[in-house]
Amino acid sequence: MELVVSLAIGVLAGSGVWLLLRPRTFQVTIGLALLSYAVNLFIFSTGGLRTGADAILGRGQVGTLAEFTDPVPQALVLTAIVIGFATTALLLVVLLAARGLTGTDHVDGRERDR
Amino acid sequence: MTAWTDHLVIAPILVPMLAGAAMVLAGGDRRRFLAGLGLSSTVLMLALSAALLVLADAPEVRIYRLGNWPAAFGIVLVLDRLSAMMVALASILGFAAFVFSLARWHRAGAHFHPLFQFQLMGLNGAFLTGDLFNLFVFFEVMLAASYGMALHGSGTARVRAGLHYIVINLLASLLFLIGVSVVYGIAGTLNMADLAARMRDIAAEDRALLEAGLAVLGIAFLVKAAMWPLGFWLPGTYAATAAPAAAILSILSKVGIYAVLRLWLLLFGDGGGASAGFGATALSVGGLLTIAFGSVSVLASQNLVRLAGASVLVSSGTLLAAVGMGQAAVTGGALFYLAGSVLAIGALFLLVELVERGRDIGADVLAVTREAFGTGEHEEDGEPGERDAIGEPIPATVATLGVSFLACALLIAGLPPLSGFLAKFAMLSPLLAPGGDAPPPIAWVMTAALILSGLATVVAMVRAGMDAFWATPAGTPQRVSVVEFLPIALLLVLCAGLTVAAGPALDYATAAAEALHTPSDYLRGVLVAPEGGR
Repeated sequence: MELVVSLAIGVLAGSGVWLLLRPRTFQVTIGLALLSYAVNLFIFSTGGLRTGADAILGRGQVGTLAEFTDPVPQALVLTAIVIGFATTALLLVVLLAARGLTGTDHVDGRERDR
Repeated sequence: MTAWTDHLVIAPILVPMLAGAAMVLAGGDRRRFLAGLGLSSTVLMLALSAALLVLADAPEVRIYRLGNWPAAFGIVLVLDRLSAMMVALASILGFAAFVFSLARWHRAGAHFHPLFQFQLMGLNGAFLTGDLFNLFVFFEVMLAASYGMALHGSGTARVRAGLHYIVINLLASLLFLIGVSVVYGIAGTLNMADLAARMRDIAAEDRALLEAGLAVLGIAFLVKAAMWPLGFWLPGTYAATAAPAAAILSILSKVGIYAVLRLWLLLFGDGGGASAGFGATALSVGGLLTIAFGSVSVLASQNLVRLAGASVLVSSGTLLAAVGMGQAAVTGGALFYLAGSVLAIGALFLLVELVERGRDIGADVLAVTREAFGTGEHEEDGEPGERDAIGEPIPATVATLGVSFLACALLIAGLPPLSGFLAKFAMLSPLLAPGGDAPPPIAWVMTAALILSGLATVVAMVRAGMDAFWATPAGTPQRVSVVEFLPIALLLVLCAGLTVAAGPALDYATAAAEALHTPSDYLRGVLVAPEGGR
């Protein structure tokens, strides 16, 4: 499972970085989205990867982290998803405004050869 | 400790939050109400930050536990001298920029008032929090508001620069998250004090990974602070933004410096075990390179607003290099420098708008477009033969602006008699005499860098000032209202106050730096169990 998750994070991050370096604003946005997926998965995996562990403690159970999954990375990833979602939405609006004002979807607001 | 002074610690976050929320509910049409509310909120924050500044001037740190949970479980706010100083700077700059914006900028776009309040809330929160993830959240509050502020007034240049600014900061936020999660994965805590207490006992095989995580975190902060290879976004963004927004953005770069200062000295100080001093070379060399890059960009700036942006780079570089030296006395001088440079650069950003307005009546408000004209234009305009040989009296507005510009130039370049010079002296003096030993080579490099960057700033400022005040064609009407000039005067008077009261101010800064370098009080204060806790 570790291998699958780390490969997934790696592929997402790699594609994200490649798209981020592309000249079109839409590619940059998608690149940022992929990168944030990679980071979210990464945060999630810092709590340790386990199958079949309890999500929370059962009644009367005095637990250590060996018995249930660490809730802190889940809380972190939730916050990160919300914030990432909101800022990506904002970026989309700015992207559309830039497209409207400059007449091109190049990240610099003008084509290179012009 | 009385009950109500304890609650003052959270007030700088609550006041702008509530004011901003009320503004959102009130809607954008009631401008008079919004302006009144914003003004009372910023004035209240001035008073609060003054109170906190006095409260913090004590050996023990003040802790505010949200929900009274012990620090290891709950979120804490921590007030010490450094955070009180930063909150005070943010409030002063916020007040000045807000009053300035009341003249005309607050009408230039929607939601200016709530965004401004949320910006201040994010700044204050980032300065006060004692928890890494909470720091991330306040960074995002601050950045989300700053995206809106950077785009305020709209226009092609702003949207283009804002797009770059947003993408770079989103990327830095992702790095921040990676760093935070690695730290949590290894150390099992996100509380800064708890983390510092655990630094010594990190297993040897995990230490490299933890250091890598903290280094990634550091990169996120250094993007904000605009250290050399990470700071190319800064001059373009600041040049494109509206003047009050640029003044507020100029303290955003100091948030990066603050985070580096706080975390680096806490985690990699003497208590860091085998990691002590990690990254010191990177900080000081990076700072020196930033000074060099900033000085070249100051010289290369074709217009005033880019010059102001480039001087933010120089000031960031100076602070980073001084922190990287790792001496408490140098850090104390650097904190004194930080206070003066935040005020002076804020004043310069506001001033530049007034000066540029006098020069380009009818031209685009955006200063960026001035690049297309070049600096030689005005000399060709006013043919000297047409005018009286003796010249004409300089109008009072131009004279006032000129004197303010001169004061800004002296402050930023670090020339006597103003506080910029004292600050540079306070940094260099302990650096060159570390207890009788011969100073290390990097101390000499730092000295040279500070002096040369000052020279570059003087040259650039003199050139820009001559172009702006002496070569302006006759008959250009200057329309500067008192509301716009007062904040600049306030900032400059405060700088003058820093000069006159340099002794007490420097004592305060040195005490703050001592506490940062020996964080035992900080650790004890945060980690002690709450009274009546659960």
